Amino acid sequence: MSLVENSDARADRPSSWLNDARVRGVIYQVLVFVSVVAFIAWIVRNTVENLNRLNIASGFGFLNGRAGFDLGQSLVPYSSDSTYWDALYVGLLNTILVAGIGIVTATILGFLVGVGRLSRNWLVARLCTVYVEFFRNIPPLLVIFFWYFGVLSILPQPRESIELPFGGYLNNRGFKLAKPIFEDGFNLVLVALVVGIVATILLARWAKARQMATGQQFPVAWSALGLIIGLPVAAFLATGSPLSFEYPQKGTFNLTGGVQIGPEFMSLYLALSFYTAAFIAEIVRGGILGISKGQTEAAYSLGIRPGPTMRLVIIPQALRIIIPPLTSQYLNLTKNSSLAIAIGYADLVAVGGTILNQTGQAIEIVAIWMLIYLALSLATSAFMNWFNSKMALVER
Amino acid sequence: MKTKLIAGLLGTAAALAFAGAASAATLDDVKAKGFVQCGANTGLAGFGAPDDAGNWKGFDIDFCRALAAAIFDDPNAVKFSPLSAKERFTALQSGEVDVLARNSTWTISRDTSLGLDFRAVNYYDGQGFMVRKDLGVSSALQLSGASVCVQTGTTTELNLADYFKANNLQYNPVVFEKQEDVNAAYDAGRCDVYTTDQSGLYSVRLTLKDPDNHVVLPEIISKEPLGPVVRHGDNQWGDIVAWVHYAMLTAEEFGITQANVEEMKNSDNPEIKRILGMEADTKLGTDLGLTNDWVARIVKHVGNYGEVFERNIGQGSDLKIARGLNALWNKGGLQYAPPIR
Repeated sequence: MSLVENSDARADRPSSWLNDARVRGVIYQVLVFVSVVAFIAWIVRNTVENLNRLNIASGFGFLNGRAGFDLGQSLVPYSSDSTYWDALYVGLLNTILVAGIGIVTATILGFLVGVGRLSRNWLVARLCTVYVEFFRNIPPLLVIFFWYFGVLSILPQPRESIELPFGGYLNNRGFKLAKPIFEDGFNLVLVALVVGIVATILLARWAKARQMATGQQFPVAWSALGLIIGLPVAAFLATGSPLSFEYPQKGTFNLTGGVQIGPEFMSLYLALSFYTAAFIAEIVRGGILGISKGQTEAAYSLGIRPGPTMRLVIIPQALRIIIPPLTSQYLNLTKNSSLAIAIGYADLVAVGGTILNQTGQAIEIVAIWMLIYLALSLATSAFMNWFNSKMALVER
Repeated sequence: MKTKLIAGLLGTAAALAFAGAASAATLDDVKAKGFVQCGANTGLAGFGAPDDAGNWKGFDIDFCRALAAAIFDDPNAVKFSPLSAKERFTALQSGEVDVLARNSTWTISRDTSLGLDFRAVNYYDGQGFMVRKDLGVSSALQLSGASVCVQTGTTTELNLADYFKANNLQYNPVVFEKQEDVNAAYDAGRCDVYTTDQSGLYSVRLTLKDPDNHVVLPEIISKEPLGPVVRHGDNQWGDIVAWVHYAMLTAEEFGITQANVEEMKNSDNPEIKRILGMEADTKLGTDLGLTNDWVARIVKHVGNYGEVFERNIGQGSDLKIARGLNALWNKGGLQYAPPIR
């Protein structure tokens, strides 16, 4: 009895709000928030004070100044008269270029190797295993050096260039390719290409709807080939071949004219693609192995052949497992592109570093670097999350 | 390499963020820790590079040793931080080094906007070009269309752009962060032309696979006054750094050498007596924050300017650079010290 009385008494007493778990939770959160804000404010104040004390100029105004240095690779017109902003923009575009092409190549290569490792062909499976184990166990910087110093630097000097088909050359300054020059009427070819693509999409939709309704199949792939390649070729011939090429010529120092693809870009691109492809291959293999064997058996028992089974049953389910870790690899590849600085490819970090050193504005440049990489990564994540939700299991 | 750089830069940013507002005078800091922390080149033969045994040797290195000799009477009371062109100024700003003696060009923007002070010119240089002999090039004006190897973050990079633009020449810059990378790329034939300060070209040429196959072109396209750098705002430390250089010049001017410095102390010449701190009741050294025999200490341990020059980069070295602009003022050069009195 006394126990019950006691507990009643405790319940009647107004309990301190300090003992309320929810109130405490709020208090802790407020405390943490205030201390984080105070810490940041202290850092900012201290930085500003120290910069003033050391007489170091600060602010972002310097970016409007004349850059004064040239860049080796640029996708947009750039000269030493351009501003620091322009230089950073060139660097950003170079980063996006190598990351974008690298992601596409790494994905294709990674899928091939990943599927290849599961192949019943002994040689193919072993080769893919060796590839994966080799490239994923070497630091990416060494892979870049391997391509830059190991492969591209032993290519011949410009005067002894290796001749490639279609007027191209290969030497230790990279690839020199014929540059296409578009003449009047070439627009029509582009229009034909767009029309071909649009028509293919419409055709594919129609074919799918028809198959759903009647079960009859339509040879979409062959029609697409005809539309996308045939139409532009027809337009090209009809307008009288409005395309010529500027071929590289031998000059005093190097070949002049044509399009140059430098060894810095090639090394970085190949290294990033090969390195990341090894990881993507493992993710793909994991994704495929993650699908129950019963799915394959069920498909076979319905009489579906191995190819369509893989394409229509296994891969769509495997993609749900593959896409989230794939996103991480894309982010890694983008961030690893900053290793460009080791071989002098004019990416964001290299150009930013030059600006940093010419102006001495360390804090501003580091802040810009962080902001841009953060933005690039968040954009990639956002796209991949959208893609993932498209691919996710739709429960009916 | 990248991570190290980023870490360094973040470290600098962090140092600026966290450093306390108060900072003692550099001389007191140096005396308290017992050595001078000197920012040096990562490896430029003759100017600043470690030898086979890991001992730092060179023209700029000897400047730091002279500084240490003046303060501690010990030329080895100095530690060296190898810095790339890109890291050097931030390392000095953040207090990682006490003085930068790393063939850095004095320009107005570096002097006024980086929180740094250039106090003396210990080497008058100019930018030049080096090419392979078999290209048959004899003038920089024939370089249109060439690939040019250059180190990033240098005045060289900016002069290069200006010179080619002014002369309406095309070029393709091949840019690296580290001197060693530039050397390797040029040696491997990645570029046709190497450009940096002319003294640097002579130094680099020695390290190439086949030095005789390379020629330095006659054009000098810029003024490159190189000298030690200190942080802005500590005038006493700046004075010491400047006067260490002037002391070495003055010693050469009056014929005071490493060999004869002790007997020169007994010289009848009042000027030499004053320079070596033998004048009665002199305060020249103590006013500087040093001892009165500071010049004698420098010459005894390191030598005068001429000796340091010849030993590291002149006739006594592989570089065999002529004194040229760096001769004393009374021998047709530009090296001129204000009087020690």
